[in-house]
Amino acid sequence: METFAAFIVIFGSGIRLGVPLILACLAGLWSERSGVVDIGLEGKMLTGAFAGATAATFTGSAWLGLLAGVIASIGVSLIHGYASIDQRANQIVSGTAINMVADGMTALIGNAIWSQGGRTPELPETALFNPINLPFAQSFGAVPIIGPIYQHLISGHDIITYFAFALVPLTYWALYRTRFGLRLRAVGENPAAVDTAGISVRGLRYSAVVICGVLVGLSGVYLSVAQAAYFQPHMSAGKGFIALAALVFAKWRPWPALATCLLFGFLDALSIRMQGMVLPGIGPVPVQAIQTLPYILTVVLLAGFIGKATPPKASGVPYVKER
Amino acid sequence: MSAPLKPLPAWADVALIPLINVVAAFLISGLVVTAIGENPFEAVRILIVGAIGDLEGVGFTLYYATSFIFTGLAVAICFHAGLFNIGVEGQAYVAGLGAALACLYLGFLPGYSLLVVAILAAALFGAAFAAIPGYLQAKRDSHIVITTIMFNYIASALMGYLLVDVLRVRGQMNAETAQFPPGGIAPQFHELLAPLGVHWPVTPFNVSFLLALAAAFGVWLLIWRTRLGYEIRTVGANPTAAIYGGISPARITIVTTLLSGALAGGMAVNVILGEEHRLILEFTAGFGFVGIAVALMGRAHPVGIVLAAILFGMLYQGGAELAFDKPKISRDMIVVIQGLVVLFAGALEHMFRRPVATLLARRTTSPPI
Repeated sequence: METFAAFIVIFGSGIRLGVPLILACLAGLWSERSGVVDIGLEGKMLTGAFAGATAATFTGSAWLGLLAGVIASIGVSLIHGYASIDQRANQIVSGTAINMVADGMTALIGNAIWSQGGRTPELPETALFNPINLPFAQSFGAVPIIGPIYQHLISGHDIITYFAFALVPLTYWALYRTRFGLRLRAVGENPAAVDTAGISVRGLRYSAVVICGVLVGLSGVYLSVAQAAYFQPHMSAGKGFIALAALVFAKWRPWPALATCLLFGFLDALSIRMQGMVLPGIGPVPVQAIQTLPYILTVVLLAGFIGKATPPKASGVPYVKER
Repeated sequence: MSAPLKPLPAWADVALIPLINVVAAFLISGLVVTAIGENPFEAVRILIVGAIGDLEGVGFTLYYATSFIFTGLAVAICFHAGLFNIGVEGQAYVAGLGAALACLYLGFLPGYSLLVVAILAAALFGAAFAAIPGYLQAKRDSHIVITTIMFNYIASALMGYLLVDVLRVRGQMNAETAQFPPGGIAPQFHELLAPLGVHWPVTPFNVSFLLALAAAFGVWLLIWRTRLGYEIRTVGANPTAAIYGGISPARITIVTTLLSGALAGGMAVNVILGEEHRLILEFTAGFGFVGIAVALMGRAHPVGIVLAAILFGMLYQGGAELAFDKPKISRDMIVVIQGLVVLFAGALEHMFRRPVATLLARRTTSPPI
């Protein structure tokens, strides 16, 4: 029973750590499926987190924070879109630039406004996305096994978490069951064919980039207005890159993306839990080994040793119309 | 969509366009400074005085520049082969391990032979850490951008583990190794110049700078004056044509990433052997990423890289002074400038090409009288 309780705790924190990954990973999925490679997820996440916390601080409203975070993130996305789609730039260079500018700019402005080394003031509880208790969570919790699962894993999350989980089937449906999704996937594989059919490659890619901005902005807002109650410089701490790894690991598909992000979140929770623990026979747990597992797994997968991760064919390739 | 562009005159291509791009980056940086309520002109004045106003500033500027020359060259050599190595940060970090292990375990070597061995060890470790992504790109078609990003995190975890749990001196709080023996230390210029009667203030500026200049010359020689360099450029320009010409892109990819990792190791030489004299956590401090900005701004040419590295050295040294004088303009401003340089000199490098071409065309095609 004790191990079960511990499992519930670790899995619960795994979900919370996985949510920003899910949102950012789906964001990357939309962008890369349309042929725009996005290694700037990290920077957009930071932008969303900073704008979200700043707006929530000034307005006292979590929802206005969310709006600001998403708009800021879309703005950054559009810069990447302009460089990648209209300027036919190297998309890796553009993403790198966005990561650098966002990393510096958020800390700089935060420091200029509040003079706390870039940290924003602590948000009051009223300006946060608070946990929602689903009906009967309290009373149902007494039921063995299913009760704690319902009470601690399914109930008690904030609205962004539920939205993130709902986004997975939504993304799947939009990409695989709608005309827009079909075209979007096609533009990531063979833009010339889409162009020949009289559909705007540019329009499709720009819409994908905007969707990407919305989702990754949400992941940033989640970090600063739901998980923590403030923004702190570099607070995304590589989550944008883990999401990128998860995207590769999931081979650019929505459901596997959910599973991978939960796995990576769970590994993160496990490594935090195991900090300083001594296992019999092994000695102190090398926490770094668990923390690096997502990166190592991704490299192994990319190397083609466990299946093959093939990116969308036209991803990273600017489309040149006139010939 | 629009008429194809006429080729620009060479001077515009080599000097004018890059200059406009960098000026745009700095103009926007000026606007950012204005937006947070400071005077950009005063900021520039403090920055320049801090960077080159006295010999101490110059020493620090050149010390930073040394690191940037190495990381810039490491990124640039990969550019020539059409590869984007984001992993210079991790490669330099692991190279520090090589230098430290040599200094800690080969202390019996006489005189400065230890320094030479430590430098070689740094290059070897850097190259070895770059070899895996290079091999995976060449042989297994794994995208080097993704693998090098992953390897940065792997390097960080590996070095964290080694420094905290293995290499740390017993009973010490800080996660760092023991001090290196004197033979493993790259001499600083104030020590070297003192016997000659030249007074140079105490700065971390050390002989690695000369090594960096030699490396820059070596890269120039390699890329434009050797068969290997020709092969690297061919693979970068057109891998299919390279195969037709009898060049193996896989071999070139691996060789180039090895060279890149070894160059990244130069940064560890500068910081670990030249200044810290012990291995410390996170000594790379993001300088591997500065290399991307330096390589783009220097147009992947060693001369451009040395100049861009000195400019970034000024930004880092002057930026520290600026943050001290004007707390509102924290050192994050330098990261913003760096990002804007990558954006304008890299991602948006062709944005001003069309307006400039139109302008130049209008001037040259004015009707004859």
